[in-house]
Amino acid sequence: MLAYALKRLAFLAISLVVASLVIFLVVEVAPGDPASYMLGINARPDTVAALRAELGLDLPKHERYLSWLAGMLRGDFGTSYTYRAPVAQMVAERLWVSLPLALYALTLSTLIAFPAGIYAAARRGRAGDMGVMAATQLGIAVPNFWFAMLLVLLFALKLRWFSAGGFPGWETPLLGLKALTLPALALALPQAAILARVMRSSLIDILHEDFIRTARAKGLSRRQALWRHGVRNALIPVLTIIGLQFSFLLAGAIIIEQVFFLPGLGRLIFQAITQRDLIVVESVVMLLVFAVIAVNFLTDLAYAAADPRLRSRT
Amino acid sequence: MTRNLLLGAALTSVFLVAALLSFVWTPYDTGAMAIAERLRPPSAAHLLGTDHFGRDILSMIMVGARTSIAVALVAVGIGMGAGVPLGLAAAARRGGWLDELIMRMNDLIFAFPSLVIAILITAIFGPGATNAIIAIGIFNIPVFARLARGAALPLWKREFVMAARVAGKSAPRISAEHILPNIANLLIVQGTIQFSLGILAEAGLSYVGLGTQPPVPSWGRMLADAQTMVALAPHVAILPGLAIVFMVLGLNLLGDGLRDRFDPKLRSLRA
Repeated sequence: MLAYALKRLAFLAISLVVASLVIFLVVEVAPGDPASYMLGINARPDTVAALRAELGLDLPKHERYLSWLAGMLRGDFGTSYTYRAPVAQMVAERLWVSLPLALYALTLSTLIAFPAGIYAAARRGRAGDMGVMAATQLGIAVPNFWFAMLLVLLFALKLRWFSAGGFPGWETPLLGLKALTLPALALALPQAAILARVMRSSLIDILHEDFIRTARAKGLSRRQALWRHGVRNALIPVLTIIGLQFSFLLAGAIIIEQVFFLPGLGRLIFQAITQRDLIVVESVVMLLVFAVIAVNFLTDLAYAAADPRLRSRT
Repeated sequence: MTRNLLLGAALTSVFLVAALLSFVWTPYDTGAMAIAERLRPPSAAHLLGTDHFGRDILSMIMVGARTSIAVALVAVGIGMGAGVPLGLAAAARRGGWLDELIMRMNDLIFAFPSLVIAILITAIFGPGATNAIIAIGIFNIPVFARLARGAALPLWKREFVMAARVAGKSAPRISAEHILPNIANLLIVQGTIQFSLGILAEAGLSYVGLGTQPPVPSWGRMLADAQTMVALAPHVAILPGLAIVFMVLGLNLLGDGLRDRFDPKLRSLRA
């Protein structure tokens, strides 16, 4: 297990280095100089040069890459070109919206998918199963930002149960949670459809295993065998998918935040892009990539801990 | 389940025909604005109503289908064109450094949140259909590489491949002449799935303004424009979304149906 963990850790480190290089280079070749953008088209060349020096833009590329990397390791993400504020602080503020949103969506998606998947597997081939499968087929095809608009139309504009957008902050936690409910639901639905299908097929596979037959032979009812032995064993692949879904939810949150005007990482990144605030773009993207790679790493470890056969495979 | 296949093929064909037809004919010119006719609900004159510039929504959806299909198709082409040869090469040199390198690079691309990188690429190099295609296409490469490698590996142990090796054929030639035809079915099925994901990705990028640029109609763009109009004229927001749903649903059903047709064994195991 230790050897496996170390191997995965090495891969994690290499992934992060390569990811940081790719992100840095992509942003580097981007047209448009941040300094001239900040000062406008009428700026004098010497003013632009002075600002470039102040921002450290005149340094050679490899020096800037290394200092960016070293800063990130210390938790210093640099200073925003436009807002003159520490990027780490800006990201931390926005994270208080995006992270709860992704976790909320993950919870909803699991709460919808588990019962649906188990129900469908238990009634395999019957009308209930067909119904769930048809619903998931539709759920996968629905773009989440469009579903978000439909939710706004129904629950905010017609029924007036929720506001159509905006975020009141966490001073009153219930109000904050309420503001995130429609966005989380929009994010969760397509993921729940995928998860329900995985849950169903995983459970169907497990129900064919010998130990289920043994459990039934020992006198357990179908229902008991399903819950005591089936669901528990079927959870392993499902947990992996949940880990992978985290990345979709974080990325999806970027678009959903646009629909609901939420001040999260998505809004930050789009603002930064239009203002050519490249250091913010770099740092936010790197942070998202780091989160995804780290979650995948943890999922791998959890998976290997649960199923020893996997350790030898990679 | 031929029902899936038929329904999927029918839905997909409707959009394909609409897209092709839009090259020669649409009910109205999508560039023509008629402010007096704005936000009209569906009627005999405008079957799907008009948008906030008075443009005919049916015509916009037809031309939008063209955009979506073109972007997704080229992105799948990029994924297959680069991914399949890489996967086949990895399988031919299984266990070697080339295999290891290709697979690790695949893992790496998989580790990136695809939409975030797509947003990064289109944002940095400028929004537009071409950059959207590249961004979506890059993430199709590891999908096809992994699939091709996985499917090719067991084939390398089969008698007909050994016979070809004994006959002195080179590994690339065996891959092209004997392996590829045997995995083509799988690739086609995955192709339809990636195609549907490409449609969703293009819509998402266009929705946030990073994909297809106006005045070229695209479904995601139409939804973005409709967002502020949703209370006044819900049809403006609902119809383009339905187009996306039916197109993606059609492709997914087509993929499922083809998979069942090609590999009856999978029928009982379908997720």
